[in-house]
Amino acid sequence: MVTAIASTANGRRSPYPGWFFLPAAIVYGVFFLMPTFASFYFSLTRWSLFEASFIGLENFIQFFREPFLVKGLVNTVLYAAVTSGMKVVIGLLLALMLTSQIMGRGLLRALVFFPVLVSTIGVGITFTVLMHPTKGAINEGLSLLGIAGPGWLTDPSLALFSVALVDVWKGVGLATVIYIAGIVAIPKDYYEAARIDGGTKFQNFLYITLPLSRPATATVITLSFIGGLRTFDLIWAMTKGGPGFASDTIASVIYKQYQSGFFGLSTAGNVVLFILIAVLVVPITAVLNRREGHQ
Amino acid sequence: MRKIFRRSLASVLAGLLAMTALPRVASADTSMTMLVDNASHTIAISEALVAAFQKKHPDVTIDIEARPGGGEGDNIVKTRLATGQMADIFWYNSGSLLQALAPEKTLLDLSKEPFMEGVAETFKKVVASGDGVYGVPTRPAEAGGIFYNRKIYERLGLKVPTTWAEFMANNEKIKAAGTTAVIQTFGEPWTSQVLLLADFYNVQKQVPGFAEGFTSGKVKFATTPAAVRGFEYIKEIADGGFMNKDFGAARYEDGLRMLAEGEGAHYPMITFAIPALSDGYSDQINDIGFFALPAEKAEDTGLTVWMPAGFFIPKTSTNIDMAKAFLAFVASPEGCKVQGEAVAVNGPYLIKGCELPKDVVQSVSDLLPYFENGKNAPALEFVSPVKGPILEQLTVEVGSGIRAPADAASLYDEDARKQAQQLGLPGR
Repeated sequence: MVTAIASTANGRRSPYPGWFFLPAAIVYGVFFLMPTFASFYFSLTRWSLFEASFIGLENFIQFFREPFLVKGLVNTVLYAAVTSGMKVVIGLLLALMLTSQIMGRGLLRALVFFPVLVSTIGVGITFTVLMHPTKGAINEGLSLLGIAGPGWLTDPSLALFSVALVDVWKGVGLATVIYIAGIVAIPKDYYEAARIDGGTKFQNFLYITLPLSRPATATVITLSFIGGLRTFDLIWAMTKGGPGFASDTIASVIYKQYQSGFFGLSTAGNVVLFILIAVLVVPITAVLNRREGHQ
Repeated sequence: MRKIFRRSLASVLAGLLAMTALPRVASADTSMTMLVDNASHTIAISEALVAAFQKKHPDVTIDIEARPGGGEGDNIVKTRLATGQMADIFWYNSGSLLQALAPEKTLLDLSKEPFMEGVAETFKKVVASGDGVYGVPTRPAEAGGIFYNRKIYERLGLKVPTTWAEFMANNEKIKAAGTTAVIQTFGEPWTSQVLLLADFYNVQKQVPGFAEGFTSGKVKFATTPAAVRGFEYIKEIADGGFMNKDFGAARYEDGLRMLAEGEGAHYPMITFAIPALSDGYSDQINDIGFFALPAEKAEDTGLTVWMPAGFFIPKTSTNIDMAKAFLAFVASPEGCKVQGEAVAVNGPYLIKGCELPKDVVQSVSDLLPYFENGKNAPALEFVSPVKGPILEQLTVEVGSGIRAPADAASLYDEDARKQAQQLGLPGR
């Protein structure tokens, strides 16, 4: 069977014999295929770790009955949209600055990238302290200016956005690096031609840099949107989905169900999350890649 | 990781030895493992008990392994039980959490052991399942209620309240004096449920049979006014402006500090906080008193009791006899003494023959009359296996003004229904 797959893929004969794929196939089967299908099965059971009894679609029915599921869904999409949007805008601006003839460019590039390297949990805990409503450095700083800072993480209407801001701070370095690579790869000829035609700096940006860095934009949006959809660690470290359910995302709802010992239900939730990501990301990638082809 | 590896290696070797059918030599050295949660007092007690036990049995060594507490710890315990990797002895909650471990399948029944005669009946009830009894108490009995700062009470000339109205009147006076009346610490959401849970003496007094009805799903929070009251208490305290400014971010440790240093007058909490208070604030420990959560009527005010965690033995233990000997030691007056020396005593012992020391701290002596006059009842989670996991988020919401009490109560009923469905709880 392995030989058959190898020789018929794309209708061409593979240069490798079938057994060559065996190790990879075994690893893939044991660590990826099996758990995937096992999770489809367990999502249909009442599973206590000690035993699993088949209960049909009840977990899915229960999952969609969750009173906080809608809120979690909205929060997830909102969070993904806000973080990826801000990463695109800020990442592009930073990349423009860091590709210009600025002093200490190497150092500045490194500084932008550093937060990406720090542990997410560490960042979360640090910002939780900084954002403390009365003793946090942010609000103490604001009070010096005579502004009464809000409860960044304790005000239910603000908590999700505070976490999103931290996510942007932490993740924007990666977006910047991708943009720098994209901008540097734009041939200099275009800028020279524009200069001869009397193009302004702003026109250069609008008609050359922006359209020609579209592949970078596509990468940044796809990466940060998927990252935003399945975000969990930062939210868990900062608010645990709180106050109440104000900053719950699907991932944190699923984790809480798992913590409560509702293993079948949380597995069903993961199947739903899998489908949701596929449904949202496949069209986004398709659109972005199609436009790219038109360049 | 290394530990797990070592353990599996050991079990493989043990298996090989068994296969060669050598006569079992009465080994000079028994080494056992013990899994406990990582709270500092849990570790202090475990270490003291192990050290004393090893002194009596020099041929035995017990390795203590720590795990996280809370939901994460629950999953570690469940996973290790399900895969047969559990330590020889482990520390785990009694009551509704224990029921989720399927004790009849996974734990060793101790009901026929002679040392169980020394364990109080009230505790045996919360570690029983079917005909079996599975654990011995790790600590004295605990209770939920209100810790209060006696210095503030003295300064303002206040009396310990016996009704909710008196309690709220005290809060008004404390607020007028410019002090935080009620400390709330929603930065750790579990602390937000104490007001509601500690009201259960009052609920069961007014609605006998609430626990059985709640278990079977016939009685609901939302349709039982006495039960909704618990949510309303939280809202009234928030609406009165009695809470500390940073209630949303403050944590448990902050709450204890504010109470001890007199920044706040009341802190709704469970008495397992007493050892932490007497360790961290030994100078102020006797300024801190305790009273049961006041009910609407003085005659309905009584103490809601929490049962401590237990030591349990999994069926898969390879050192069952020695593990039983350890549990017997824990359930003896000698064991109580070792515990009492390790951390401050925080309530009456659940083991026969154990005497409280004469010099207990103020909050413990405030607690004892409720045990002596019988005005106490176990909390709901010890008389029903149902405890919906989102309760703490709901109480945070009510306390932060996000959700109305009645709404929270009906969401909690829904959560309880879900838990019963997911865990396949009996009676539903």
